[in-house]
Formats: sequence, C-alpha cells, structure tokens
Amino acid sequence: MINIPSTLKISLRALRVNKMRSALTMLGIIIGVGAVIAMLAVGTGASKQIEQQISSLGSNLLMVVPGATSAGGVRMGAGTQSTLTLGDADAVLKECPAVSDVAPVLGGVAQVVYGNQNWSTGVTGTTPGMLNVRDWKLSTGRAFTEQDVKSATKVCLLGQTVVDMLFGGLDPVGQIVRIKKIPFAVIGILEAKGQDPRGQDQDDAIYVPVTTAQKKLFGTAFPGMIRMMMVKAKSTEALNTAEREINELLRQRHHIGQKQDNDFTVRNLTQMMQAAEESSKVMTMLLGAIASVSLLVGGIGIMNIMLVSVTERTREIGIRMAVGAKTWDIRLQFIIEALTLSLTGGAAGIVIGLSSSQIISSLAEWPTIVSPLSVLLAFSFSGLVGIFFGFYPAYKASLLNPIDALRYE
Amino acid sequence: MPLIEAKGIKKVYRTGDIDLCALCDVFLTIDKGEFVAIMGQSGSGKSTFMNILGCLDKPTGGKYLLEGIDVGGLDRDELAAIRNKKIGFVFQGFNLLSRASALENVELPMLYDGLSSKERKQKAMYALMSVGLEGREGHHPNQLSGGQQQRVAIARALVNNAPIILADEPTGNLDSKTSTELMELFVKLNTESNITIILVTHEPDISGYSRRVIKFLDGRVVSDEVKESGSDEVRK
Repeated sequence: MINIPSTLKISLRALRVNKMRSALTMLGIIIGVGAVIAMLAVGTGASKQIEQQISSLGSNLLMVVPGATSAGGVRMGAGTQSTLTLGDADAVLKECPAVSDVAPVLGGVAQVVYGNQNWSTGVTGTTPGMLNVRDWKLSTGRAFTEQDVKSATKVCLLGQTVVDMLFGGLDPVGQIVRIKKIPFAVIGILEAKGQDPRGQDQDDAIYVPVTTAQKKLFGTAFPGMIRMMMVKAKSTEALNTAEREINELLRQRHHIGQKQDNDFTVRNLTQMMQAAEESSKVMTMLLGAIASVSLLVGGIGIMNIMLVSVTERTREIGIRMAVGAKTWDIRLQFIIEALTLSLTGGAAGIVIGLSSSQIISSLAEWPTIVSPLSVLLAFSFSGLVGIFFGFYPAYKASLLNPIDALRYE
Repeated sequence: MPLIEAKGIKKVYRTGDIDLCALCDVFLTIDKGEFVAIMGQSGSGKSTFMNILGCLDKPTGGKYLLEGIDVGGLDRDELAAIRNKKIGFVFQGFNLLSRASALENVELPMLYDGLSSKERKQKAMYALMSVGLEGREGHHPNQLSGGQQQRVAIARALVNNAPIILADEPTGNLDSKTSTELMELFVKLNTESNITIILVTHEPDISGYSRRVIKFLDGRVVSDEVKESGSDEVRK
C-alpha cells in the first residue's frame, strides 16, 4: 500500500533541504518550457499573420494579367503588354461556370484634393464586383452600381487611410473630392483592411467605376483596355477549373493559335499564399522542436541531480527498507521528487514563456500568439520528462540491498 | 513451534578465487519471549547472522524459518513486509532520519503499512511515551542526546507491535549510565510485553542482562548457555 500524501511530504522536504540545487535543476525545465511556449507563440503569430493577409486579399482569388511584350528580342515582363479588355472581363464572368465574380482593374496614381488637404494615392477603376472579389465591405455609404459603370459617373469609394489624410474627423460621404482636378462625389467608405502580404497599405486607395477611370482619369491605348482583372472562383476546389476555363476562353477570344504562347497570365494567388502559410507552419514546428531539445536537456539535469540524491541518501533508503519500505515505496518517493522538480519548473516556465512572448511582441514588434494547447503541451511534456528521467534513479534506489544501503557511509 | 529456527545457515562471500565463510552451518532455535545475547569478536559472523535474522540479508545456504515460514523463498517485497510487521531494529548508529522529527521517525514503519495519519500519530505518541520520551516528539535527532536517540529508535521498533526486536550493539555509542538505563528498558519490554529480544554485543556487562548467551567464533556457534535464574522459569 502506497501512501501518496506522506510520500509527497517526504519528497518536498528533501527538495527544500537543497534549495539552491533544486532551483538550479528546475531552471533547466523552466528555460525549456518557457522556450517551447515562446517559440510556438512566435511561430503561431507568424502563421496567423500570413493567414490574415491571405483572407484580407480575398479568398479563392485568381489574377489575370496581360502577357509580356517583346521588342527585338527584349522581353519586357508580365503586364507590359495591354491585351485585356472590359469585354474579356464580362466574358469571363458570363462564360466560365467556375467563376463567381470578376473585377477588372485599371488605375494609376493621382493627386487627390479636398479643401486645403491633398494626398497622392492609387486610384483604381473597377466594377461593383470588386467588393465581392476582395471580400471587402463598406463601413458607411453605398457602393457604386452597374449603372454607375455604364454611365461613367464621377463617384468614388475611399479607403480608410485616404479618409484619415483628407478629412480628419469629418464625415466624407456626400463630399466632393478632386481627383486630377476632376470633382468626384464620395459615396462610400471602405472598411479598414490593413497591409497586404507585400506589406502595402490596402486602405490607401480610391475606387471609381472602371469606365470613369478609362474615359476621364487615365485614358486607354485602345477602347475598353484594362490593366488586369481579379477573378473569384466559386470555391477553393474550383480554382483549378476556373484557371483552365479562363485560359481556354481568353485564348479563344484573343485568337491564339495552337502553337502560340498566351498573351496573358493567370496567377493563383491563394495557392502562393497557402504555400507561404505552409512554410510558416513548418517553421513553427521547427522552432518548437529546437526548444524541446532544451526541455530534454533540462530533463537530463533532473536525472543527474536525482542520481546524486540517491547516492547521498543511500543510508536513508536503507533505513526505510529496514522498517518495511517496499520496492515501489522507494521508487515512488524518488519519482515524485523528480516530478515535483519538473512540474514546478514547468509551472514557472509557463510564466516565463508567457512573459517572454509579450516581450518579444512588444520589443521586436513581432506578433505572438500563445495557444492554450502549446501551454498544455509544454507542461505535460515537462511532466513526462520528470517521470522519464526520474525513473532510472528511482529504479536504482529501489534495487539497493537493504544491508548494503544501511552500512553505506 | 520455535519463533526462529536456523537450519545450517551459511553465508559465503566470494572474493576473487577464495571463498570467505562468514557463517558456517549455524543451527539455532530461539523461542518466543527469549532474551538472547549474541557475542563474539568482530569478524566472528555475529552481525552477519543478525542481518540474516532481520531479513536484511539472505543466506547463501541453509534454511531460515521465521514463525515456521521459510524466508528463503520470499521476494523483496514480502521480506519488506516481514521486516515491517515482525521485526523491530535497533542499531548501534541509531539510524534515524536526520531531517525528520522524533514523531515522524517513529511513524515511519506505519507509513509503509497504510495506516491513516491520525492512527499513525496516536500510536507513535504512545510508543514514544512508553520509552520515556513524552514531550520530545517534535525534536529532531540532532536535538536529542545519544540515549534519547536510541530510545526513539526503540519506539520505532515497538510501534508496529513486532514480536521481535533485533538490537545490533545498541549501547556501542553510549556511556555506561545511559547504557544501563537502555538495557533496563530492554528488560522491561522483554518481561512486560513478552517481546523477544536478540542483542548483538561484545561487552560482557551488556550480555549480563540476557538469559541466554550465544557465542560466535569464525562463523560458528561455539557456545550456547542458558543462565539459570529465577525469572527464567516464569518465561518458559
């Protein structure tokens, strides 16, 4: 029969006697658990950030950009040729079953003026489909309509940064701003979205009907020209189908022969971002694994000190055996001792891990997220380390011959 | 049935190629309630024999029956249970836990017997009282004199109502006055509680308290004398 409370009391007393030694042994576990928690927090924070950027971009997104021009063998890079038109965008929306929405894009940088304030920002001409494609909502006002696009009205939607720069505290809806000196009525404000995966401020933007951009702001090399289009597929699974459908449709529309190269490129942004997210998850695991090594080293420290403790207390073990301690009474005493060391260290390590994650995120401005699972994982791992590395010394102690142990000097 | 029966017990230590015979074919019986002194020079095998009687060590040959049970066939945990229930030890070096109080030291055997903490404390207090240490239960061994420490050890030996107390040179570290007091305590336990006491000593003064003296020499029993005295018949 094993008496747990009394055994615990014995173990705690033994640890109290050697305070310094116990504290140093625990330090290994404290650092280990702290490192695991902090590293996982850093990794999780990074993947979370990437995840947010992906969703801020809009989900299931494809980009169709014009192909590269080549002049005398010098290839100019994607997007240098202007081959896409508003008609292409309409056709993609109507004829590709896997596509749910399309937003053509034609824009440039323009100076915007309101009252005595002015600001230089990207002005993008598009269709109402843009809000759906980018999963973007308005915070106030209304979006422009198909009618606005058809009649090229001078209305605009402002991003939050532009609002802050031009209006300060005023309500911009209903006000008139001048873009390239042309007056535009502000009809709505877009919700703040933050940075895109390339670190650009997505809120520093103005959206106008694509036809207005073509006719009044930027002009076109040929009628209906657009710079690119953003396409939203019906689902993640439909992304590849949509890509294929767009390829077929545009090749047909652009009269591209069997052996000719495309004069446009379809890019799957979601896939690219997912790959980035995958790699950051691998990074998290790697960081966690490296940190676990220090936990393992802490465990070896426990084993070391427990072996010393068993040797030092050989006589005590002998006395206990003489008065009737059984194999498991002795084993449990030392296992509980090791476990107390590792779990106390684990608890302190959680505190260290949480606070160092905070410090990392405030000093390095690196987002950290401490998941409860990682805390639980690190703590139970420290417990396992205690049992694992405590068992051998305990086993060794329990196998001592009572009379040899009693005579040990 | 004798309490203790040694049938040709042997203990051979192998050092290199030479076999060293610490005990050679020891035949002995000890009955319940006896007060036996085992004497001999150092190296005579008396302590080895004591350790075998206390189930702390195993003989390399022969049979040891304790209350009719062949101890040789028992495993570690069964031997631990026997030490716990049947045998109380008193050592020359006291062998108390230095970090535990007198009370906790006395409670120790009950810790491995599954008694509740209330019961343990009660019995330990009673045992300390019966060795004359009431009021000292909170003292640690280093706060007690040698005689008091040995009394704590005796209380520890008594607390599980073991029928046998094995004392290995119990007065070896004590002055003569304290030794006398301690021996009187042993006699009292022997006569009043009918506890079998087996005492290892090399001092004739100490062996004088016993009724039977067994002498060891070179691992063999060379004499086994029962002293005739008035109280001996009472015990038989």
